Amino acid sequence: MEKTETVHAVHARDIEGAKMGMWVFLFTEMLLFGGLFLLYSVYRSKYTADFHRSAAELDIVLGTMNTVILLTSSLTMVLSISALRKGHRGLSSLFQGMTILLAIIFLVNKYFEWSAHIHQGIYPDSPVLLAMKRGDIIFFSLYFVMTGIHGLHVLIGAGVIAGTLVFTTQGKLGPDNFVMLENTGLYWHFVDIIWIYLFPLFYLIV
Amino acid sequence: MIARENSQDSGSFYEESGRYRGLLSWLFTTDHKRIGILYLISVLSFFAAGVVLGLLMRLNLIDPGRFISERTYNSLFTVHGVIQIFLFIIPAIPTTLGNFFLPLLIGARDVAFPRINLLSWWLFILGGLIVVLSVFTGGGAPDTGWTFYAPYSIRTTSNVSLALFGVFILGFSSILTGLNFVTTIHRLRAPGMKWFRMPLFVWSLYATAWTQILATPILAIAVLLLVLERMFGIGFFDPTKGGDPILFEHLFWIYSHPAVYIMILPAMGVVTEIFPVFARKTVFGYKAIAFSSLAIAFFGYLVWGHHMFTSGMSDTSRIIFSLITFLVAVPSGVKVFNWIATLYKGSIEVYSPLLFSLTFIFLFSIGGLTGLINGTLSLNLYIHGTYFIVAHFHYTMFGGAGFGFFAGLHYWFPKMFGRMYNERAAKTACFIMFIGFNLLYFSMFVLGLQGMPRRYFQYLPQFRTNHIISTIGSWIFVAGLLIMFGNLIWSLRKGKKAPNNPWGGKTLEWQTSSPPPRENFEEIPVITHGPYKFD
Repeated sequence: MEKTETVHAVHARDIEGAKMGMWVFLFTEMLLFGGLFLLYSVYRSKYTADFHRSAAELDIVLGTMNTVILLTSSLTMVLSISALRKGHRGLSSLFQGMTILLAIIFLVNKYFEWSAHIHQGIYPDSPVLLAMKRGDIIFFSLYFVMTGIHGLHVLIGAGVIAGTLVFTTQGKLGPDNFVMLENTGLYWHFVDIIWIYLFPLFYLIV
Repeated sequence: MIARENSQDSGSFYEESGRYRGLLSWLFTTDHKRIGILYLISVLSFFAAGVVLGLLMRLNLIDPGRFISERTYNSLFTVHGVIQIFLFIIPAIPTTLGNFFLPLLIGARDVAFPRINLLSWWLFILGGLIVVLSVFTGGGAPDTGWTFYAPYSIRTTSNVSLALFGVFILGFSSILTGLNFVTTIHRLRAPGMKWFRMPLFVWSLYATAWTQILATPILAIAVLLLVLERMFGIGFFDPTKGGDPILFEHLFWIYSHPAVYIMILPAMGVVTEIFPVFARKTVFGYKAIAFSSLAIAFFGYLVWGHHMFTSGMSDTSRIIFSLITFLVAVPSGVKVFNWIATLYKGSIEVYSPLLFSLTFIFLFSIGGLTGLINGTLSLNLYIHGTYFIVAHFHYTMFGGAGFGFFAGLHYWFPKMFGRMYNERAAKTACFIMFIGFNLLYFSMFVLGLQGMPRRYFQYLPQFRTNHIISTIGSWIFVAGLLIMFGNLIWSLRKGKKAPNNPWGGKTLEWQTSSPPPRENFEEIPVITHGPYKFD
């Protein structure tokens, strides 16, 4: 029994292994979005004009705000890891809390953006959308699906950070055991990077 | 350690330890060996269900309409495919033999993430149950074929969404296994176990794991989009909304072709372990076999288009896909020649694991060579969507991956369960299965060349003879399966106690007791030479 414990302890201390697992997981996430980006590029080349017109209807102010919010949240995430590594649990918790807050603001923004479109009658399979050109239908479906799946990732990320926040305040994470927070950070930056691609593809290329 | 022959009592992993007792000690175990056994039971149960569905299909085809209705037949071939692909042959070797033996073969105490390993089994069971549930609920069992091609999969009222959701979860399980194996192989090799001292089964698991990691997410997004398509009408694959159904085919095969190598690579790894042991000779061309695994995984990623030669694609793409398809044959051929060269001038002892492995080579070679016929553009037009394809992939997947799995099961059974099985019964079963298999599937090659389309409920009179031969073959084959599994199950309790190293294997798993102790090794071994050093 005791032996079992030591083995698991050895595993837990394998920081390299844990990070490697996270990187590999991020590859899979990248490919998941890769499938969507593939669809985007095919349909963009097929319906170039429709995509240009539809993209102009998105709210570039809200989009830009969200970009700034998410980039800032990556900064607070990094700061929380540095703080933890230097042993400042309280400061780290504060930064993690800020990251969660920014994530929530992002999602609230997204909610307003989505509702505005839905009020106009634009959502997948809606009569208004189906009356539009085929490229418009695909553009808005892609918009809802891609930002939707991204939003889901933001939500999951915020949930995971909430978990590390609890662990940090409980003292389970600290300067000698920060790999879980670091992995969470990797995931968070990944979510950020996906947005950095989504933003120009939907809002900027008009 | 070898001096401890037959000392099975010193804390085998079957003895309970830790917090839980009885069934819970299995359901909440993080021991890779116990998880391997859990997977073995689950995978074989799904396999049994898939076999029964296959038998029913064959039963219909002996006299169409007499036993089974059209609608039921469509569901039969769909659910048979989904179960045999996603719940049997993809997980079969990595999750059972892989989970059990990967840490043993590299001299580790467990995989890198034992709890994620357990999570992956739970997800597997959850996904499997959802797939089974989809058969009995909603608008009836899915009837799209296992490929779920749009636009029919968007329109059908059968319970496709639930089945797709199950497949999505199974994909997650598969990714977690792959992630775990890659990290384990990188991080937990015993001291001195350099990359080129790893047993070749480990190499094949490594290549498989990367394929699982890099291909499965594409399936996940493809089936997710199909579910969204059915729920919200997003229109990506619906031509009336500007979507393109062929894009679904692309996304589907970007995963499902590499998946073919997820199925076959581990089986190749298993027989590579078996040949040197029963030829008492080191493996021929170690590095060639190791690199050919990686090459198959790599090329396998780039050939998905050969499933779609008739779907509508530019000639340039078709020629490129055809060319790369031919290239896959090169590393596969390298393996076959290396196995045969390993046997050449060896002191061969034909025990059942070797017999199954030899059957594997024979059946896989037929499957592989007919694959070249499929990959030829001109011939593909003629045989696309016929029984020729069905025969081809059953020879590779079942004759290849399936028999490789059976070979591994017989090779490692003494180590996993600490018992020997009846050798004679195992050989008899292998022989009967070989006969049944060829009757069952070779007749399908002939049917395909005669023009019999796959998935048809009814057929013209000229196909009748071969359909009858095939159905009779299915009965003989199942008789062989029953003898094989009957023998193994009987041996679990009644078999002779297995020595630690019944075959005289040189890899690490044979140096520990049978069944292995909880911690695998008393002391982590130090490796000073390659895995197949026979004197």
